[in-house]
Amino acid sequence: MTAFLALLTRDMRLAVRVGGGALIGALFYLIVVVMMPFAIGPDLNLLGRIGPAILWLGALLASLLALDRLFATDNDDGSLDLLMMSAMPLELAVVAKGIAHWLTTALPLIVITPVLGLMLNVDLPAMGWVALTLLAGTPALTFIGLIGAALSVALRRGGLLLAILVLPLTIPVLIFGVSAANAAIVGPAPFGPPFTILCALSLASLVLGPFAAAAVLRQGQE
Amino acid sequence: MAVIDLANPTLFLRLVNRVLPWLTAATVLVFAYGLYRVAGSPDDYQQGATVKIMYLHVPAAWLGMMGWGLMTVAAFGTLVWRHPLADVAGRAAAPIGAAFTLICLITGSLWGRPTWGTYWVWDARLTSVLVLFLLYLGMLALYWTAEDPNRGSRAAAILALVGAVNIPIIKFSVDWWNTLHQPASILRMGGSAIAPSILWPLLIMAVAFTLLFFTLHLAAMRNEILRRRVRSMRMMQAQEQAQDYVEARA
Repeated sequence: MTAFLALLTRDMRLAVRVGGGALIGALFYLIVVVMMPFAIGPDLNLLGRIGPAILWLGALLASLLALDRLFATDNDDGSLDLLMMSAMPLELAVVAKGIAHWLTTALPLIVITPVLGLMLNVDLPAMGWVALTLLAGTPALTFIGLIGAALSVALRRGGLLLAILVLPLTIPVLIFGVSAANAAIVGPAPFGPPFTILCALSLASLVLGPFAAAAVLRQGQE
Repeated sequence: MAVIDLANPTLFLRLVNRVLPWLTAATVLVFAYGLYRVAGSPDDYQQGATVKIMYLHVPAAWLGMMGWGLMTVAAFGTLVWRHPLADVAGRAAAPIGAAFTLICLITGSLWGRPTWGTYWVWDARLTSVLVLFLLYLGMLALYWTAEDPNRGSRAAAILALVGAVNIPIIKFSVDWWNTLHQPASILRMGGSAIAPSILWPLLIMAVAFTLLFFTLHLAAMRNEILRRRVRSMRMMQAQEQAQDYVEARA
């Protein structure tokens, strides 16, 4: 357990220090959301209606941004080999890295979501619902993304490959995230079913993602 | 002959060379008979002659899905039993499955134009086939990026398993998404039982396409084995040349 916490704090420290990507994801999210009205037009009614969808897409893209560095930097400086040889199961190490990644990239993004929502004319209670769905859904994005991050390390290249492999797998998360947010804001469909499925997707990927990612990493080192 | 005997690529190649001509002949014959039956099948009272696209479209959809199924089995073969031919089988199945899925999408969209008046709708069924195609493309991209075929095949095997877990989830969620936004679907297939005069040609065409799939698959596996041999021969040649060069300098 101490090894788990040590790895978690190490990754978080690396993320917030110079050269880390902690706030880059949130900044990217900000820029993507700001770009949307330029493409769609400054019609506040339209923006208010598709606001939750824009925020979800922005979060999806932002969570991809820092993913390819997740194992790549450890692989470059050799600490990935140490993680593999340590007494802690590799799956658990992958979970620790995933949680650290979520805390440093997804959480800041959720925190700034209400501010961005105001710019998109999504009112404050609705913003709370969007933030709640993001809170429930972004772990799934991170833990599905772990598989892609591991693949891009195992193949020695693949920053671009990662997006191609991971994005189709995140379609269910996007669907249930946006439909839960819309159900809460405009109705008439109930909020419960899509939200609980969203939570289920997060929990299932929390279990399956690390196993697949660890398997990929092991195959890559052979 | 047990599956394990086929681990020897030479034996496998011999078997393929013996089986492939018969399989090709069977494919051609069943296709000829299927097309004859299709030509004799009646037009739909509503859709007219366009219903004949179905004989291409539906088997392609089935085989597009079967391709991923085959890749999943091959992935188990690679990761669990470490069967040397399993990753050859998986790798050979990916482009063929992708091609059938693309055929399904293209014929579907050509069929959609006269019947629904549009090439594309975001119907649940269409969308999930499109996502399947995207997953195939990701798989192919992974094969293209991997330098070392061995390393690539294990990574691809894990991705195939991840996809196999995800495809039902994606299918389910796309169904959900669509029914939420568009309760009255334009597409109502299988609402009524298909008449036998159409069903039989369809089944024969499905058999023909399945034979075609396996013919192509075996040929692709043979090519892949030969390609790997060529690769290792080239590497040996390069090594020998390097050695000669070093000895000449010494």
